[in-house]
Amino acid sequence: MRASPRLASALLTAPLLLFLMLSFVAPIGAFLWRAVSDTEVAPVLPRTIAALAAWDGTVAPDEAAFAALVEDLRAARERDRAGGAGGIARAASRLNADRPGFRGLLPMTARRVEAPFEGPARAAVLAISEEWGDAETWGAIRRAGGPLSSFHVLAALDLRQDAAGRVRAVPEDQRVFGTVLARSLWISLLVTGACLALGWPLAWLIATTRGWAGTLLLGAVLLPFWISLVVRTAAWMVLLQREGVVNAALGGLGIGPLPLMMNRFAVVLAMVHILLPFMVLPLVAAFRGLDPALPRAAASLGAPPWRVFRRVTLPLCLPGIAAGCILVFIQALGFYVTPALLGGPSDQMLAWFVGFYATRSVNWGLAAALSLLLLVAVGVCVALYGRLAGFRRPGAA
Amino acid sequence: MGRGLIWAAGVLVAAFLLAPILAILPLSFSAGSFLFYPLPGLSLRWYRDFFGSDFWLPALWNSLVIGGAAAGLATVLGVPAAFALWRLRGALRAVVLGVVLAPMVVPVIVVAVALLLAFGPVGLVATHAGMIVAHAALGVPFVVVTVLASLEGFDAVQLRAAAACGAGPVRAFLRVCLPQIAPGVAAGAVFAFATSLDEVVVALFIAGPAQRTLPRQMFAGLNDTISLTTAAAAAMLVVVSVVLLLVVGWLRRRAPG
Repeated sequence: MRASPRLASALLTAPLLLFLMLSFVAPIGAFLWRAVSDTEVAPVLPRTIAALAAWDGTVAPDEAAFAALVEDLRAARERDRAGGAGGIARAASRLNADRPGFRGLLPMTARRVEAPFEGPARAAVLAISEEWGDAETWGAIRRAGGPLSSFHVLAALDLRQDAAGRVRAVPEDQRVFGTVLARSLWISLLVTGACLALGWPLAWLIATTRGWAGTLLLGAVLLPFWISLVVRTAAWMVLLQREGVVNAALGGLGIGPLPLMMNRFAVVLAMVHILLPFMVLPLVAAFRGLDPALPRAAASLGAPPWRVFRRVTLPLCLPGIAAGCILVFIQALGFYVTPALLGGPSDQMLAWFVGFYATRSVNWGLAAALSLLLLVAVGVCVALYGRLAGFRRPGAA
Repeated sequence: MGRGLIWAAGVLVAAFLLAPILAILPLSFSAGSFLFYPLPGLSLRWYRDFFGSDFWLPALWNSLVIGGAAAGLATVLGVPAAFALWRLRGALRAVVLGVVLAPMVVPVIVVAVALLLAFGPVGLVATHAGMIVAHAALGVPFVVVTVLASLEGFDAVQLRAAAACGAGPVRAFLRVCLPQIAPGVAAGAVFAFATSLDEVVVALFIAGPAQRTLPRQMFAGLNDTISLTTAAAAAMLVVVSVVLLLVVGWLRRRAPG
């Protein structure tokens, strides 16, 4: 009795699938989940959030919400002291991401309402800070009520919801990510275009040259392809720095020294250098697959060279060209190391901001939302690539 | 005329690809301590510095250990999966292939940050095991793709012949199939090793000081003032890359089909 081959095959993939589930799919899923989940504030302010459920968001809520806030903060102080869980600090940090000032406001209010007081909670809380009279303060708490929220995803798109629930663009001077996204797309597009322009003649030569010259040219593409990205970035730093090789050469001609590094030029130049092999190899495959008899036939029928190129060669090579372009574009979008080392503050791409919000400002929700943005962009490109070229590694490099 | 123009352009682009790498290699042999030409003289002092240093040599060692273990893990998991994928058809194949190839296209910064978050609670941040697992996941698509390609040249009838001679499926795979696809398996392992050796973003986020790999250490050096020891480290990585490229070329010539 033998297992069906289909079942046996499925079983053979199981160890790898399980491994990738644990080391890749689940971690990324859990991370991206943070873009839409909101769980820091609800455990600390459950009554307040319940009291705000029916609030219209136009003016500060009524006594019931203030009383709930006082009750919640007293309970949270109790818990923080008992377990040292730091719940108030975490909630304050999350609310601060929405409305700056909350990091101090919430712990301060919690401290001050702890002692019993006479009269309505509203007056007592307002006496602690005028902020509590602002509808937007309460709106931030409601937005963070969870368990799901659109706050981080909207923030990654430079949008926010006001207390009444309307989605608005953030004020001009606070917009960040629209620019970052546009910049990432623009740099990637520029790099892709440059790779296509530079890669075309080289790929054509490699595809049409026989013997040692062709091998040598192919080697010139494969060698950098194998060399570490950090090494290639380091090479450009050595060449472009203020006392670097290029400036020394320019100095010999009486020019400079020019600021060649920490700018957009350096980032694009190094990225083109690093990604060029990913363009050349699919182009070589496309040109080699082209039947040389077809352009010749077109020429013998009287088409001028430009027309042969536009009507015969180009359409036949288009899938390979598109594959190379998409491959370069996808990788360019996710670049982190090269802009970080060669670029200035205004040359950093999406990936840098993902890293920044994850580690330096510990705003996992925003890091996840930006990652989601990056993945959506990459996903669109991968779908296009799958359409055009199938999921094969091009160039058989 | 057209052909001459294409030659000029192509050769210029090839020079653009090689020049930066060729330009920094001689600097690592400089007797001086500055990164420009002309060299004041030749010496091996920066290589002595590299091998005498408290952080460069451990970094090289970390790179080799993590790369080797990650390549081994990726190969052990990837070869059976590739063999199964070779026989699977239809939707199941598409789904499995999609999951397996995902690490190739997901931006590595997303992987790095996600692993930092996931590895924290299970104690894998700043451990060799964590780095090996992460790098194996990034290297496994290259193993699967390479082995799948070499299976294209393998005639499945041989497996049936082996079965008819009384060999079980495992024995048939190990004795008939594996020897023929061995160059592809080895090439896949080299690809996975090279992926680990090249990787720096995951290392930036989840490696501790004791797991610093060579590229990670170089990154730290580049953020600081670039020393010529960094150039020596770069030169050594270039040599390793050239060796790996030659090994893969040699394996490719031995592959069937």
